[in-house]
Amino acid sequence: MNHFAELLDRLAFEPRRNAKLRLMEDFFHTTPDPERGYALAALTGGLSFRNAKPGLVRALIAERTDPVLFALSYDYVGDLSETVALMWPAPAPGGAGHNAAPPRLSDVVEGLSQTAKTELPGLMARWLDALDETGRWALLKLITGSLRIGVSARLAKTAVAALGGVDPNAVEELWHGLSPPYEPLFAWLEGRAERPESLVVAPFRPPMLSHPLDEEEFSRLDPADFCAEWKWDGIRIQAVRELTADGRRVVRLYSRTGEDITASFPDLCEDLLAQEAFVGTIDGELLVLRAGRVESFNVLQQRLNRKAITPRLMQEFPAHIRAYDLLAEGGEDLRPLPFVERRRRLEALVARLAGRRVDLSPLVPFASWEELAMARARPGEAGAGIDAEAVEGVMLKRRDSPYVPGRPKGLWYKWKHDPHLVDAVLMYAQRGHGRRSSYYSDYTFGLWRSGPEGDELVPVGKAYFGFTDEELKELDRFVRRETVNRFGPVREVIHTGERGLVLEVAFEGVQQSTRHKSGIAMRFPRINRIRWDKPPREADRLDTLARLLPRGERATTKAGKT
Amino acid sequence: MRKAREKKPAPGFRQGESEGLGSRRLKERAASDYLRFMQARDILSLTPAGLYCPLADVHIDPLRPVPRALITHGHSDHARAGHGAVLATAETLAIMAARYGESFCGSAQAVRYGERVTLGPVGVTFLPAGHVLGSAQILLEAGGLRVVVSGDYKRAGDPTCPPFEPVRCDVFITEATFGLPVFRHPDAGGEIDKLLRSLALFPERAHLLGAYPLGKAQRLVALMRQRGYDRPVYLHGAMERLMQLYEAFGIPLGDLRRVEPGSRESLAGAVVLCPPGALQDLWARRFPDPVTAFASGWMRVRARARQRGVELPLVVSDHAGWDELCSTIRETGASEVWVTHGAEEALVHWCTREGLAARPLHMLGYGDDEAEAEAVAETAGAEPAA
Repeated sequence: MNHFAELLDRLAFEPRRNAKLRLMEDFFHTTPDPERGYALAALTGGLSFRNAKPGLVRALIAERTDPVLFALSYDYVGDLSETVALMWPAPAPGGAGHNAAPPRLSDVVEGLSQTAKTELPGLMARWLDALDETGRWALLKLITGSLRIGVSARLAKTAVAALGGVDPNAVEELWHGLSPPYEPLFAWLEGRAERPESLVVAPFRPPMLSHPLDEEEFSRLDPADFCAEWKWDGIRIQAVRELTADGRRVVRLYSRTGEDITASFPDLCEDLLAQEAFVGTIDGELLVLRAGRVESFNVLQQRLNRKAITPRLMQEFPAHIRAYDLLAEGGEDLRPLPFVERRRRLEALVARLAGRRVDLSPLVPFASWEELAMARARPGEAGAGIDAEAVEGVMLKRRDSPYVPGRPKGLWYKWKHDPHLVDAVLMYAQRGHGRRSSYYSDYTFGLWRSGPEGDELVPVGKAYFGFTDEELKELDRFVRRETVNRFGPVREVIHTGERGLVLEVAFEGVQQSTRHKSGIAMRFPRINRIRWDKPPREADRLDTLARLLPRGERATTKAGKT
Repeated sequence: MRKAREKKPAPGFRQGESEGLGSRRLKERAASDYLRFMQARDILSLTPAGLYCPLADVHIDPLRPVPRALITHGHSDHARAGHGAVLATAETLAIMAARYGESFCGSAQAVRYGERVTLGPVGVTFLPAGHVLGSAQILLEAGGLRVVVSGDYKRAGDPTCPPFEPVRCDVFITEATFGLPVFRHPDAGGEIDKLLRSLALFPERAHLLGAYPLGKAQRLVALMRQRGYDRPVYLHGAMERLMQLYEAFGIPLGDLRRVEPGSRESLAGAVVLCPPGALQDLWARRFPDPVTAFASGWMRVRARARQRGVELPLVVSDHAGWDELCSTIRETGASEVWVTHGAEEALVHWCTREGLAARPLHMLGYGDDEAEAEAVAETAGAEPAA
């Protein structure tokens, strides 16, 4: 655990990608099995411990420390795991737990999965006693599931791949046949064993991603080289249906990062299992369709991340796949083929499918960039019809592009809709965490509406990014200077019609919310610009947001009142 | 620096008397019976210039020029220029002379650790504080009452200065730079190992190591040498003088070289010591793919390290951590504790819980060097602790 803790510690501070890779490579190279395998699982988000909750950690530290000293310390450090890791009192010499051997990572992983909930506090306390500050920090971060060390699963796999000098995608494609502590993988990479191929029946194939289109690039691109299709506002998904050696049918659904999400969509799975015409891999968008109409992302979200997948949930939010591409068919890898050829195969396949869960994402016809710009501005009139609200832009794909995992240059572009903008007034600010714990970096902003005593501001959202470091300093200074009230870590800043700060907030859409006083929640809000020049009186009104609500949600929102 | 040590006794101070502490104390007790019931504040009070002893008419670590000053150690926030007469250890006087020039005060008098000087009715003794070369705690005795001003101190071992000596006293006036229970400084050797491991893993990168030029820098080099690192250590120009001063006082630091203009590109895999401020300076450019390291007790808290853009934080402190503050207070046997600067609130709370009378002095102006002062100011400007 100490070795792993030191790795996490170094990774957390190291900003350079290559240095992170080197640190991980060195770790995988010098750490024995199964420790390095569990570390790989931790770095790729493959470990989860259901019973270890922050509440348990709070209870343990409360038993051991003075509440005043804990409060002062937590306030200073700003992070619960770190505060506990640093404050945890060392066992007294001669007492229980003094100089106990620190647990190995494998002890922790096995201990947490095999220990009953009631015995967990005692076990945790023994581990915390035996570890040093860095070890405790790593343990607490690990079990509460928030490593936040700036390492993606992809980067960790890249480091492992480097161990055997293979392409990271080779590891990616094996990944789902493997499980922690990945001993066959390490054995293969170190040349001690064969590639563990047979384990993967329905493998994940790393998806091809696009670059945002810089509109100035149009002059250099020939429309004749490209196909266009809608960019659907759902979840990118990969559906794999394969047959095992003994003829069993296997279906797997993967997210774009390779997470196996099969279990969340039994409805879709059942449909796919029955599709005897389909053996292969489809790249598409996961969407909720009701009566043949694509629902908004807000609706899809209600289907996602649910613990229990009930029949009612599946009935209310039926999952569909809108197919973009075909990566493999009948054991043949289609990825080297040009896009138009894969598209032809995909169209033929979808035509053969019997169910109603998979359909084809239509191409958008265009002869010039102007024509495509029109389609992007009005998808409803350019073929998207009633589904227009679920379109978030257009995709451009070179006709001759092979399917290249990752984000290759010059092949695929996304041309998204411009974000919505609203001028809101800063109302409250809260200190950030981690790197920003000495700055007021979380901003709650509001819009005007008419109240019983004239116009009033109502909070509509919160944003904590979109500004530069320099702007953060200015915002922080403004907050400290213009504070009118304090509530714990939150400061209320002046916000009258005449005095206050207007923030131009960019966001992707709105939805109804019972959690917000305004009845509306913004999707993906961020500070676009600071309007030092604009008097708060001239900021936008709540109606502006309410008009953006999708049909059907509009009537029921409280915002309608204003 | 020899000169400083041989200076004639300052007119401001009486000739020191080197007598055993114990016998002297008994004698004085008998002689000054009337002082018996005096209180700590009769010996020491807080004035705008800092701690002041009216009986001896002398300030301790004054923040502005005064006629007579006792100086605990050479850090610029404690040892300022421009006083009339200064009493301090020879090392501290030498450091002040190196920093401010030979005429940093009207007259300087050197005192040895353990040597007792009488100033009026007050006995003054300097004792090792273990903070930096020459650092001292100051024991004031009058009317049977013993008051110790700790200055800055630490309890961890340091090859560059003698260890802290706990002194029994009635009133202990302590610092609390790291007066929160999250500050538990690890073994410094282990932190040096982190640096050495990074050098082995990234031999093509220069390792820029930010450290306070007085004390921390020399301790780091000495610790590296103890662990067998015998390659040259490169120095920012601002580091050189105090390195030489330490060596003149008999502390070997091995092969030290100044970073010459135009030589940066060739320093791959080298350790380069610089003042913390230089890490973000133009000076730090053009080193080969530098690893930014910083050795300080503040590095214990991750947000602090990230704010400074530190990639390799080394938790090495020349101040007492929380456990050391608490155990030191216990060891002194003091029934009253004053906290000069740092995180006073938590330490005062702890003392009160221990049944000790404690008061925060809220002294501004202290805080180790410019960089630490900056960090302290930042905390002070943040939300008042709930």
